[in-house]
Amino acid sequence: MTRFMILTKHDRSLDVPHMSEWDPADVEAHVECLRALNAELAANGELVEMNALTGPELAKVVTADGAGAPVVTDGPFPEAKELLAGYQLIDVESEGRALEIAAAVSAAPGPGGKPLGQHIEVRQVMFTFSADA
Amino acid sequence: MNEQPIEDLLRRMAPQVLGVLVRRDGNFAAAEDAVQEALIVAAEHWPRDGVPEHPHAWLIRTATRKLVDEHRAAAARRRREENVALEPPAAPVPDADDTLRLLVLCCHPVLTPSSAVALTLRAVGGLTTAEIAAAFLVSEQTMGTRISRAKAKVAEAGARFTLPEPDERGRRVQAVLRVLYVMFTEAHTSSGGAGLHRVDLAAEAIRLTRMLQTALPADPEVTGLLALLLLTDARRPARTGPDGELVPLAEQDRTRWDRAAIVEGVGLAVAARRAGVVGEYQLQASIAAVHDAAPTAADTDWAQIRVLYELLERVTDNPIVTLNRAVAVAMTDGADAGLALLDEVAPRLAGHHRLDAVRAHLLEEAGDPAAAARHYAAAAARAVNLPEREYLTMRAARLRSL
Repeated sequence: MTRFMILTKHDRSLDVPHMSEWDPADVEAHVECLRALNAELAANGELVEMNALTGPELAKVVTADGAGAPVVTDGPFPEAKELLAGYQLIDVESEGRALEIAAAVSAAPGPGGKPLGQHIEVRQVMFTFSADA
Repeated sequence: MNEQPIEDLLRRMAPQVLGVLVRRDGNFAAAEDAVQEALIVAAEHWPRDGVPEHPHAWLIRTATRKLVDEHRAAAARRRREENVALEPPAAPVPDADDTLRLLVLCCHPVLTPSSAVALTLRAVGGLTTAEIAAAFLVSEQTMGTRISRAKAKVAEAGARFTLPEPDERGRRVQAVLRVLYVMFTEAHTSSGGAGLHRVDLAAEAIRLTRMLQTALPADPEVTGLLALLLLTDARRPARTGPDGELVPLAEQDRTRWDRAAIVEGVGLAVAARRAGVVGEYQLQASIAAVHDAAPTAADTDWAQIRVLYELLERVTDNPIVTLNRAVAVAMTDGADAGLALLDEVAPRLAGHHRLDAVRAHLLEEAGDPAAAARHYAAAAARAVNLPEREYLTMRAARLRSL
């Protein structure tokens, strides 16, 4: 088995309004689609964990030179192209399976039920350290 | 008795107990669950109350009770009143045959190697789901799901607790060897943990291969695999430095190699070759034996290794074998001859980081540090293992700082 991170970003390149402006039924369909996908992955023994992150509005960027006080910049960083929205850590048989899962995330429905086509990043994990294993 | 010997005892007895139950009950999946539960009860009680006088009988009794409970519950679920009567205890049969039957069942070709590894560790290795889960850094629930699915798949395939027909036996034993090999290599791993009680998968693979070899002592490939695992594992103490960094074969402190494992492995490798049937595992074992027999890296008999890789290439048609042969060719005929062979095999290994790593190594030998550094860096960029990436990066950085 090989571990992959399936990374979903706040993709500003998409020509889609913020989810808060969608039809509530579309929001529901989107959330339900991802919930069902995660449930399926868990039932397959493929999902290690899923984490959704708070929005860019709560994001902070910290820069420290090791001497003075760290510089903390508050989000949402409109100049930055993409911020991480969340990720699934999966443990699967092949890269092909990871790409299939990423495709399912990417095609989650957007406004009007049309697949969003988000750019989903797939990264193979090369080392895992666990504090409780 | 403290916990380690009890754990060893339980693991040794697990396949024996499971063999008895499956033969009696006919349902592998249910019997396997029952044995797992009995092992967990024993692991809880024995360290506290002492090991029962007849531990084997105790486990059979406890597992049978669990199985009867499960059958009753299942019968109740089906709203049927019939009593599920179990036959009286079967006469003891040779354990080795049961082990072989179980291994063949758990390494069924319908399973992916990793599912088969998990199922084998539990059903034949006697490990708990929690231990297997920890070894693979997934939750106990996730591992439980994978094992249940594997069992369901084996049942769907109509697998039975019997020895395969002679005409099919070779293929099925080959599948078992593959699973044990995967189990062993999974151990050289991509994970670390703060916990001290993680199962040693390499040791488990060696133990199970040894059990298989006891059942099939005349099969040269089984003997070859056991030899290969012993000879490879013998170098483990020297393979990583104090901070987990990778130490290449040529730079390993050979006094740290496990001499006893080498002696046993070399003996097995010789015995396997004597059978006169050439196979992949015995050839790999022979190569490992040549390395392990060399008192220093400079003493390595590269000419013999080269011949063995030529034979292995014919058996496997695997381009990685050609890559390894290129290293042997470079050692016998010079780096340029090795590089020429790399050019030949390169199209079949496009994008594989080991192609760049070997090329870098041979360019370094050939006295071209700049090109070597470039290829080490390219190999590092495509590496899928952290200690290896760090090693390759360091190698590139050192050459660039010359």
